[in-house]
Amino acid sequence: MDLVLVNLIDGLVFGLLLFMLSSGLTLIFSMMGVLNFAHASFYMLGAYFGYQISVALGFWMALLIAPVIIGVLGAGVERYGLRRVHQYGHVPELIFTFGLALLIEELVQFIWGRNQMPYSVPEVLNFTAFSISGNFIPAYKIFMIFISIGIFLGLLYILTKTRVGMIIQAALSYPRTVEALGHNVPLIFMGVFGVGTALAGVAGVIAGPVLGTFPGMAFVLGAIVFVTIVIGGLGSLWGALVASLLIGWMTTFAKAYTIRFEDILNFIGVSTPENMDDNLFRDFWSLTSPQIADILPYILMVAILIFRPAGLFGKRTK
Amino acid sequence: MPWLIAAVLLAIMPQIFSNNSALTIMNQMSITIVFALAYNMLLGQGGMLSFGHAVYGGVGGFACMHIMNNSGFFESIPLVILPLFGGLFGMGLALIIGSFSTRSAGTTFAMISLGVGELIAASSLIFVAFFGGEGGISGDRTDALPFFGIEFLQQEQVYYLTAAWVLISAGLMYLWSRTPVGRMANAVRDNPERAEFLGYSARWVRYYSFVASGFFAGVSGGLFAINYEILTEENLNAVSSGIILLVTFLGGVGFFFGPILGAIAFTLLQTVLSLSTELWAFYAGMLFVATVMFFPGGLAGLIMMHLPALRLGKLRLLFIPYLKTLLPAAIGIFGLAALIEMTFHVRHGATGDNEMTLFWTTFDSYSIVPWLVAGAITLVGFGIARVTAPALKDAWNEANTAQRAKS
Repeated sequence: MDLVLVNLIDGLVFGLLLFMLSSGLTLIFSMMGVLNFAHASFYMLGAYFGYQISVALGFWMALLIAPVIIGVLGAGVERYGLRRVHQYGHVPELIFTFGLALLIEELVQFIWGRNQMPYSVPEVLNFTAFSISGNFIPAYKIFMIFISIGIFLGLLYILTKTRVGMIIQAALSYPRTVEALGHNVPLIFMGVFGVGTALAGVAGVIAGPVLGTFPGMAFVLGAIVFVTIVIGGLGSLWGALVASLLIGWMTTFAKAYTIRFEDILNFIGVSTPENMDDNLFRDFWSLTSPQIADILPYILMVAILIFRPAGLFGKRTK
Repeated sequence: MPWLIAAVLLAIMPQIFSNNSALTIMNQMSITIVFALAYNMLLGQGGMLSFGHAVYGGVGGFACMHIMNNSGFFESIPLVILPLFGGLFGMGLALIIGSFSTRSAGTTFAMISLGVGELIAASSLIFVAFFGGEGGISGDRTDALPFFGIEFLQQEQVYYLTAAWVLISAGLMYLWSRTPVGRMANAVRDNPERAEFLGYSARWVRYYSFVASGFFAGVSGGLFAINYEILTEENLNAVSSGIILLVTFLGGVGFFFGPILGAIAFTLLQTVLSLSTELWAFYAGMLFVATVMFFPGGLAGLIMMHLPALRLGKLRLLFIPYLKTLLPAAIGIFGLAALIEMTFHVRHGATGDNEMTLFWTTFDSYSIVPWLVAGAITLVGFGIARVTAPALKDAWNEANTAQRAKS
């Protein structure tokens, strides 16, 4: 029972981290109709900038400055890159962000090299917050949870309660009308893109010390973030939240408890074959849940897309 | 007519470049051509952007590898038909995946292709029996039934096998694009709603293209298996899928011959650059982003842009302005590349190793002089290009105007 609680917390941390990325991505998607493949690359840049700034000015300044730089970079990409490619249609836009993701990964390798950065948890937060029957919960995880929840509440407040949020929401559904009312819609788009990438930057700064800061980090998380927003339903903020938490808990629990595939098959009435050596399916029988934990999200996504193509909370299928 | 030229060219190439490394490069080129053409059936002709197409080629290749290792069966067939089996397995996988992924085009299709690609690439490390885990699986192509006495021991024989398959598959894919199904794929790409009103199911049209593309991807996988006699997880993963997208887009998705150009250019670029610099992937990425932003038609688009001028017989008017602009621009690019290489050397070179060799000159990358030289070359090169660009634009307009007003 205690272990369940520990895993719940771990899953929550990972899920909320996913949500910080997927919320920005899903906002950008519902705004421009384009999945930003480079989104996770901004997360990676966040981690690297966070590391570089925290070496010079300390972690807290990094947490403050790095997302701002990332946001400005993101807004620049929208203004000078995406807006230019937009005239060619959706597929070139998607290809553009894909190329950008490649380029950023190479750029990071060019500047910082291929090795992992020694980016570690700040001293202030490097202690044990509490322990559950012998399992220590680091304070940094609690800090991550609070930051993520704070950002989520802030986002929710801005989007639903303030004037700016209202204009953004209106611009998402009826850009022409909002433009006719005298608002600068391209500026709003650029702003939302900037804020979305800045959120990815925050996620990078706070996740860098825990998940490691290395050139492959964008790709590792990037694919899962896309899976998350597809499961949650493209363009749905609540869907992104639910799917993020679902994936966070699912992978954590699959890794924590070893469930053997053989037992499941035996349980549903399939008996273990006698001769394993030349059976083509022998790997099915030796499969355990930690082995497949990382591909569970993909399986879930394929299943969702077959049975409910719009995603859990999605309204649009396109 | 172009087909005849291609066939003759493919036949005499090994006579001109007969050393083994050239043959290896040409084999790689041929495989990439088949794969890129198959990919363009989706991207260019069907409007479907796939991020996991390497999976179909890879699975076809793995299937061929298993056939190679199944000596009883393999000894009874000639090696030349092995890619056909690769194609069938690629098609089989495409039949399954396509049944749900082609329901819609655009972003949803791209996401499903990414997810399925990742899923299969990740499970290739788990299901060791079929995919061989991290080591992959290998075989021996010479076990097959000799084909008119040829056992494919020599690289050159393999080259002719590959070349024949390139011609056959390219021809078939070209013919496919002329069939009603191929034509409808274009219609569905441009306006699915209208195609539906004409009574065609957009989904089925996409499905047919997808399955056909899976078949030819599988053929390319089979050719890969014959050439390298080993397949690993690398043939399936997202990097391979990304590279094929890059190749196809660089070549140009709008024309049938675009991917062929892309495959040739990219393989040459990869071979030449990766020999001379560690940063070749960085340059390839820059080239890719620049292509998407400024020349969405790719290489083929660039060439076809000159067709009107050629028809008017004014192509030679462009020659001098091109020289005036592109030569300085090229020099500027070399200067920029030198700056990048020097930065890289300063940041990542071993300590004490101050000397570096660039463009056949050796110098100390920590002193200021080479930086100034490279910077100056860059500035001057781009500066001249910038000054002469308006003249090029004028010449371009003139070359594309049928009758010039007499002034």
